[in-house]
Amino acid sequence: MPFIPHTPEDVRDMLAAIGAPDTEALFDEIPARLRAKSLDEVPPALSEMEVGRLMSVRAATDGQPLNFIGAGAYDHHVPAAVWPIVTRGEFYSAYTPYQAEASQGTLQLLYEFQSMMASLTGMAASNASLYDGATALAEACLMAVRTHRKSKSQRILVPVALNPTYRQVLQSVAGNQNLAFELLPYDASGGHTTVESLEKYRGEDITALVIQQPNFFGTLEDVDALTDRAHESGMLVIAVVNPTSLAILKPPGEWGTKGADIVCGEGQPLGVPLSSGGPYFGFMTTRMEHVRQMPGRIVGRTVDLDGRPGFTLTLQAREQHIRRSKATSNICTNQGLLVTAATIYMALLGPHGLAQVASTCMDRSAELVEALTRVRGVRLAFDRPRFHEAVLLLDRPVRGVLEALAAHGIVGGCDISAQYPSLGNALLVCATETRTPEDIATYARVLADVMQQSAAAA
Amino acid sequence: MSNVPADLRFLKSHEWARLESDGTVTVGISDHAQQALGDLVFVEAPEAGRRVVAGESCAVVESVKAASDVYSPVSGEVVAGNADLGGQPELINQDPYGAGWIMRIRPEDKAQFAALLDAKAYEAALAAETH
Repeated sequence: MPFIPHTPEDVRDMLAAIGAPDTEALFDEIPARLRAKSLDEVPPALSEMEVGRLMSVRAATDGQPLNFIGAGAYDHHVPAAVWPIVTRGEFYSAYTPYQAEASQGTLQLLYEFQSMMASLTGMAASNASLYDGATALAEACLMAVRTHRKSKSQRILVPVALNPTYRQVLQSVAGNQNLAFELLPYDASGGHTTVESLEKYRGEDITALVIQQPNFFGTLEDVDALTDRAHESGMLVIAVVNPTSLAILKPPGEWGTKGADIVCGEGQPLGVPLSSGGPYFGFMTTRMEHVRQMPGRIVGRTVDLDGRPGFTLTLQAREQHIRRSKATSNICTNQGLLVTAATIYMALLGPHGLAQVASTCMDRSAELVEALTRVRGVRLAFDRPRFHEAVLLLDRPVRGVLEALAAHGIVGGCDISAQYPSLGNALLVCATETRTPEDIATYARVLADVMQQSAAAA
Repeated sequence: MSNVPADLRFLKSHEWARLESDGTVTVGISDHAQQALGDLVFVEAPEAGRRVVAGESCAVVESVKAASDVYSPVSGEVVAGNADLGGQPELINQDPYGAGWIMRIRPEDKAQFAALLDAKAYEAALAAETH
């Protein structure tokens, strides 16, 4: 039985009250060519038992491959305690509470999350999360335009070495709002964005520079020099960071002389499983002077009439229920449930634990690169320091190699040849703390076999 | 009852304007507006050097219950924004026609100022609004 709260009599009465002949008449003003046709591709309904059976069959086909893909979403160990706590009834609501102050526990949790993110990024203020990393960056660019009132150009410099998906999302979210994104090349030997590439913009009105650390290739950017050079030219600096890496890398608040202005990124590495690409969450932090231009919900700590501490949503005049069309953002969703997971994850690990995860990732990734580049036909693309990913160049198309690896239960990395044609046959690989030395040895051995066999076949 | 000084000009959207002896126009929000908004917590005044057009939103005042745009009564160049409001937005509540001024504009066209509502007309507009 469908869950429809109105009886046929209710519907008839309501239509009669407004003088409409039938429900169809309510959609009159939508032209026929824009209307959805009937859903004839949808298969007939299944019973709960049949659906359960179908799903377990499908789930079994996923298998448990050995994963070496990163490229924006990272396979980390999630302590067993995280999700049982998250799914407790008290936390298990993915939405912003509408009677916010009645939910003091939820607000306190968001406040703790904000405190952790502010501390991790070295900034003064954090919001309660955004949709995901890519849209967080788009929001950061829009925020930079609002914040930087002296700059009229709405031109934002974006490295080619920024995650290509993020570049696409920037275009779809902000491209139609008159923001212009101009690409900065990367250095062919280091894979990093050079300070010299900013030289041609000297004297021009540029609103902001985006710096991703580590960048899409896993390479560490020279963030201090880039930040200082951008500030010298009157640009704001938007940092896109991997939160795990911040446990061992310099926080964006300390980049260069003045630090970044806006920091954002993908929160998935903090306790959120890969789960086929989502849901994840974005985060954003900033300096106190820019806080009123920051989108999203912000929880503040305050005292009630009797002087007792409590939590409240603050600076709500930026938000759409008050500022309407002039709100800082029309995306009002935060990802409460995933932020809950991230907060519990960070609380369980602590600063020391997170630093241990980060440095283990770095070690494993270095071992992976060493093992794989010993295979004939494989070499490292860039010689700069890295975090936990690296670009490998193969002597043949990547796709066939990945297919052969998949047949051995290995997801060998992300083929980035199409996005970066000038690199040639380029494979982005990642190892986190979850990949053991044995896993790495297995990958190297199977890759050597695959390369040898396909060479023999050719 | 709100205070409507006889020597000022007004917009229906509750901004006031005063022609200074140096030819610039000082702009703020009326006593009625500050009462309606309640305690102000933030003011975003425009930066000097910005060109504004009459009727265009050029500042934001935010109170504990609402955020409102402030519209420019005249076209011209902003010669100063009231920097004191950054730390003390309550100046607008305390002294809307004095220390609570928001910006000074060098007008391009004197006729625009002359065409603004006088105190009587603004009082009439307020009376019409409340009835």
